[in-house]
Amino acid sequence: MNRTNLTIAVHGVRRRAIMIRGIVMVAMLGPFVTACVNVTAPSDPIVIELNVNIKQEVLYRLVASAEENIESNPEIF
Amino acid sequence: MPRHTLARRLAGLALPAFALLAMAQPAGAMQREPAYAEARANGTVGERIDGYLGFTGAPPAGLRAVIDDINIRRKASYADRARAAGVTIEEFAFAQGCILIARTSPGEKYQAPGGSWQTRGSGAPQLDPRCPAVG
Repeated sequence: MNRTNLTIAVHGVRRRAIMIRGIVMVAMLGPFVTACVNVTAPSDPIVIELNVNIKQEVLYRLVASAEENIESNPEIF
Repeated sequence: MPRHTLARRLAGLALPAFALLAMAQPAGAMQREPAYAEARANGTVGERIDGYLGFTGAPPAGLRAVIDDINIRRKASYADRARAAGVTIEEFAFAQGCILIARTSPGEKYQAPGGSWQTRGSGAPQLDPRCPAVG
């Protein structure tokens, strides 16, 4: 009776160890699996139009000063 | 009659009179010199995209100097404000142009994003897509 209980306990520990080993192996294999995905570079270069975006952001910032300019110098506008 | 009462009464009369005078004409129109005001009204000059005034056709004799003078004074004001904001004169002038085109009155000329001269209608003008939403 005592012996069977011990055997079950030993089996439980071993099973858990196998499971952990399996998880570790999968985790280690992970990067290699993803590395198998082929990435091809696009034929034409990616152009980020920074000039346009920066300018728009700048314009928003100048609205208050430009409106004030009209009020200060009405004769030239 | 004490003097301060008389002064107060005069001030009471003068203030409403001044307020009426100020309301009679739209802001800006009152301060423009007649030659410029007329050129704007008849479409000889219009607001350019770059924040300066431009001739919509051949410049009439005598008007060129008037408009050049205004543009030089505009540039001076842009330079001061561009420096304060840490941007280029062109960037400030462009932002000013957005507002000036947005504020044109119906019948006045302005430059569309493509560069063509347009007459301002009752609706919104054609603005560069980079222009901030202004009234």
